[in-house]
Parts: sequence; structure tokens; C-alpha cells
Amino acid sequence: MKPQPTSRNFKRNVVEALDNEQLQRALTNVPAGFIEKRRKAREKLPEFDALRDQARDIKNHTLRHLDLYLEEYETQVTASGGHVHWCETPEDVNAAVIEICRKHSARSVTKGKSMVSEEVHLNAALDEAGIEPVETDLGEYIIQLRNETPSHIIAPAVHLNRDQIEADFRATHTDLPADRNLDDSSALVNEARQILRKKFIDSDVGVTGANLLIAETGTSIIVTNEGNGDLTLSLPKVHVVLATIEKLVPTLEDASTILRLLARSGTGQEFSAYTTYSTGPRRDGDPDGPEEYHVILLDNGRTNMLGGVFQDMLRCIRCGACLNHCPVYQAVGGHAYGWVYPGPMGSVLTPSLIGVDEAGHLPNASTFCGRCEEVCPMRIPLPKMMRHWREREFERHLTPAMIRSGLSVWAFFAKRPALYRVATGVAMRLLKLWSGRDGKLETLRFAGGWTKHRDFPAPQGSTFMAQWAKRRHD
Amino acid sequence: MTEPAKRQAILERMRRALAVDADDTARRATVTKRITEHAPNLIPARARIAHKDQTALFRQQAEAVQATVTDVKTEEDVPEAITEYLRSQNLPQSVRYGEDVLLNGLPWRAKSPTLELNKGPAQPADEVSLCRAIAGIAETGTLVLTSGIDNPTTLNFLPENHIVVVSAKHITGTYEDVWQILRKEYGERTLPRTVNMISGPSRTGDIEQRIELGAHGPRRLHIIIIG
Repeated sequence: MKPQPTSRNFKRNVVEALDNEQLQRALTNVPAGFIEKRRKAREKLPEFDALRDQARDIKNHTLRHLDLYLEEYETQVTASGGHVHWCETPEDVNAAVIEICRKHSARSVTKGKSMVSEEVHLNAALDEAGIEPVETDLGEYIIQLRNETPSHIIAPAVHLNRDQIEADFRATHTDLPADRNLDDSSALVNEARQILRKKFIDSDVGVTGANLLIAETGTSIIVTNEGNGDLTLSLPKVHVVLATIEKLVPTLEDASTILRLLARSGTGQEFSAYTTYSTGPRRDGDPDGPEEYHVILLDNGRTNMLGGVFQDMLRCIRCGACLNHCPVYQAVGGHAYGWVYPGPMGSVLTPSLIGVDEAGHLPNASTFCGRCEEVCPMRIPLPKMMRHWREREFERHLTPAMIRSGLSVWAFFAKRPALYRVATGVAMRLLKLWSGRDGKLETLRFAGGWTKHRDFPAPQGSTFMAQWAKRRHD
Repeated sequence: MTEPAKRQAILERMRRALAVDADDTARRATVTKRITEHAPNLIPARARIAHKDQTALFRQQAEAVQATVTDVKTEEDVPEAITEYLRSQNLPQSVRYGEDVLLNGLPWRAKSPTLELNKGPAQPADEVSLCRAIAGIAETGTLVLTSGIDNPTTLNFLPENHIVVVSAKHITGTYEDVWQILRKEYGERTLPRTVNMISGPSRTGDIEQRIELGAHGPRRLHIIIIG
């Protein structure tokens, strides 16, 4: 069944995530893994930050000429014998993929990891059409067994612990001996390898995503470590690429610049194990490779982001660095965000794609610490864009009444500086008085969420304005 | 709506959003120029070194991502290097490869008479494949392989053990060098069906971020540098 977004229930999701012991245990792997590895990779490449500037400029240039680069790209794909399918909506994508599958009487479809496939819920559509979707990326395979959505854009099963995965494998792979040893991750990896091998060989259609599309040559790129994407695209008769319109870059050189940033920012590798450039179907004399090559080009609301305050978001290369470095993501994981794209990039992208009414909570899931922008290889101003969404949420009266009235009270005083100074002075003295001898408040009205877990320190000394005035006087 | 109508609708919406129209000749000229010139962007200093040092860097970087590397003096020495490697890994003396001129011309019978030689694309039962890379990229220890009858793409991914031969003279600094080589061989705006850049054996970190080799592709990648 097609999963429904739960972004509306963000607050409830967060509470559940914080109380989920397994999740909290799994999330401890994030800082030690991704963050440390990225830091080391960045240190080894002195040009890293200069490359970020260039990557930003490449994408800005491409987006300004996106209509023309798409036309160039399409011409090249067609010239190399491939087909481009233009799609407006998720339904268009699913219909196009199913039509290709039916044409080839496909019973099973192997899939490389693709976030676009998650965005359009392709697996649910294939299931309904009686075609078996087989996820082959290990993380995606695990969550498919669990009937879950990915909790991270490059590490779909990062919310799980080894023992949970072992239990899933034992429950699913019931034709294997029950007393087999699955005590370490390498045993689990081997078991998945054996099971998926047969699926690769039996598959009729292979579906992959695309990290980049190149206008110069009509090429799609996938970047992987497992090799599953390559078995997916080289063994079946048909290769279908799922991509969105903003994946384009002008030339092979431009792609290379961005690829120097992608793996370093995401997994902290200098380069992923496999970077694969696909251009069209099998050529004359080729002994292997797909006989047909299709590219599904999806818009799904992205053209509406062009030319406006959210255009910069279309530079995103889905490396996951903003998720890894986000204190909110680190605390609650990806599922709490309630849709396909979690973390800071999701907080900006999700309201654009499914609407601010549905996802208005997400841009508030930020401490505005700014680390997401600091680590973004494409220099996307994520906090600024979250602020734009907060403004829109406020304008559309989607903000809860309590926050709105709180803000109007604050605005009333902020517009009257003399009154503001008096009021803050009084509030400070009152808080100090209530706090008693130890200077701490155990409960505080309107701040129950804070005082539930810790005491609120009462203000000490005089107000900032008073101190400022005194300092200038001195 | 038909696909051409959707195409039209998407492009028109895009042009409205960008506040441009379709027959904007200056914009078209900019796009054509960028594609025709394909100018390189910033090239990291790491790989802008003498060729001898590039070979050393290639080796060091490939080993850093768990490839194993061996040198041989001439092409003639390749068959023995292969038999020796297979023996050291307790693997069967049997390889599969394509119609690559260099590989076809090796003195197999004279140097490795017991080695079983199979030809063509990978078969599910194959344990060891042999390919020739068109280049090695020093920057990240990356091999470059192209599709076709000479080196079928499935040989890169299906067997558990991948042996790749590369000539030292084909080791270069950067990805950009390879694009220039391919443009010379295949023409402007043309690539072979598949270009594979391979850096080390297959791996996954999907279980608790612990790196395990041999997820779906080869568990072992062995590189033989000639010359």
C-alpha cells in the first residue's frame, strides 16, 4: 500500500522517536561514522571549499539555462538510441514504468537505490500491477523486508541495529537452516548477497536512479559502493533511469567537479567504489548490457521552485551531509519527519513538494545552529530557506494559536522599547523571586517541555539593555 | 495528456519561471559554447605531478581502498602473475575475459599452461574475471573500463574476483584526463555505452556503518600494472 505522509504529526513522531530505545541506540552511530569520516576526507583535499564554490556556480548556471540543457540532453539520449519520458506527476512516472514492464512481460523488477522511486512510491504501484519490485541495495532490501520507508537518503537502514536485521533475515529467509550463524554483519551481508544474486539474474527490467545527468553526452550517472546498481543496469533486457529535471549538468568536466564533493560529503570516501556512466542501450557488437534504455524525467513541483526563493534547493545532490550534522536529525532520526526526505534538506524540500499545509511543521524542526549550511557541498542556504517557510506558514495562519498569540504579545512590547525595558526588568525580578535560593525554576508556565527534563535557570543580574547602557556610559 | 504535451508544459512553465522565451539566441549561444568548450574546472594539485609520481599515487590510493596491486615488467609476465595470484588466494586456475587485443595476445599457453581460459560476458558460475582498463586515475586510485566486446561490462561486477590489467603508460592524473582520451577515441559528445570508474572492491556500510567488502560486486579487486 502507498505510504501516507505523517509530517503533520511531526511533534508526536518526535516524542515517539525519543522514547524508542532501539532507534536511539542506532542513532549513536551517526556522529562517529559519517561526521568523522567527512572531516578526514575534507582535510585530505585542500581544494575542498574552492570546489564547493565552483559546484554552486555550475548548478546556478545550469538552472538558469535548464530548459535549454534539458533539450540538449534529450537530443543526445535519443541520438544514442535511448528514450526520454517527460512526467509531471508521480502517477505519470508509475504509469510509464509499468507500461515498459508490460511491453516486456516483466514479472520482476530489480532496483538500484533511488530516492525518486521513494518519492513516487513506485514499489506500491508495481505491486498493484502484479510486478514484483526487488530492492537490491542492502539497506533498501532490509527496509523492504520490514515494509518501512528509508530513514536516511544515503543510508536507508541507519535507524536499525544488527540484531534487528538478524531477526528480520531469520523471519524472512525461512528456507535456510534455522541454526545458521548470523552473529556478525559480514554473515548478514553474505546471506543478502546469495539471495539477491538469483534475483539479479532472473530480473526482466532494472530500475536505477541517477546522481547526475550530462547534457553534453546524454549520459546518466550512478554512484554506488555495493555494485548492486551495476548488476541492476547490466543484466536485465531493459534499463529504466528515474531522474528529476534538476539533476542536469552541462559537461563531463562539470560532473567531475561535483563528484569530487559527493562521496566526501556523504560517506567521507574520496570516491565511491563504483561511478558508472550510462549512455543509451547496447551498441552493435556489445555482448552484454540492456537492449533498451529509458529515462523518466520527473518534474513534480520542481519547476515551481525555479526563479523563486527556493531555487537554490534545486542544487542539492542528495549527499546526506546536512542530515548527518543536524542535531535534530541526530536526536529523532528520519522517520519522524514523516515523508521521503528527512533532515534539513527535507525540511526545505518537503513543503515545496507536498505543500506547506501538510509539512509546515518541518521548517520548525531546526535549532538554526547553521551546521547544515556549513557542510553543504552545494552551499545551499538551508536555514534561510527554512525561515522563508516559517514566514509562509505564519502568513497562511497555519502556526498554532498559542505561538501566534505569544508572538503578538512579544511584538506589542518589541515595538515599544521603553515599555519593553520596563517589562523585561519586571519579568526578570519576578523569575528571580520565584526561583528561591538555588536560582532554578523546576516548573515554568508555557515552558513545560523544557522543565520536564531540566530546571530553568533564573536570570541573574540586570537586563541586557541595562548592561549595554551601562557599558556605553562607562 | 500525452508525453509530448507534458514535455511542452514543463518547458513552458520553466521558461515562465526563469522569465525567458524559447528563441533567446544569446542563452542558446552560452549553452552551446559551454558544451563545445567543456572547459575543466579546478583540478586538485594532488594529481598535477610527474607521470612516475602519478603511478605511485595511483597504487597508494588503490591500496587505500583495499585493492591489491602488483607490478610486472612486460605484458609477457601477466599470465604468470595471474596464476600466482589465484594460487595465493586459493582460487581455481580459471579466468574469463573478452576479446581485448592485449589480453588475446598474451603468451597464455607458454607461460600458464594449466590456466583455463573462458571467453565472453560473465556467467553466474564464474569465480574470476580478467579485464583491461583503458586508464588508471592517480587522484583516487580509480580504474576506468569501457563496455564492448573487448571487455564486457558484466565481467566487472558478477564474479567474486576481478583482476584488472592496466599499462603504466595509461595511468594519468585526473578524471578530466580520461574525458579527453575518450573524446579523442570516440569523438565529441559521444561515450561508449558504459564507462565504469572502479575504486576498490564492492563494499557496504549499511549495517551499523561497519564496512564489509563484497556486498554484491567483487569481494577482491587485483590490479596488475604493466611496465
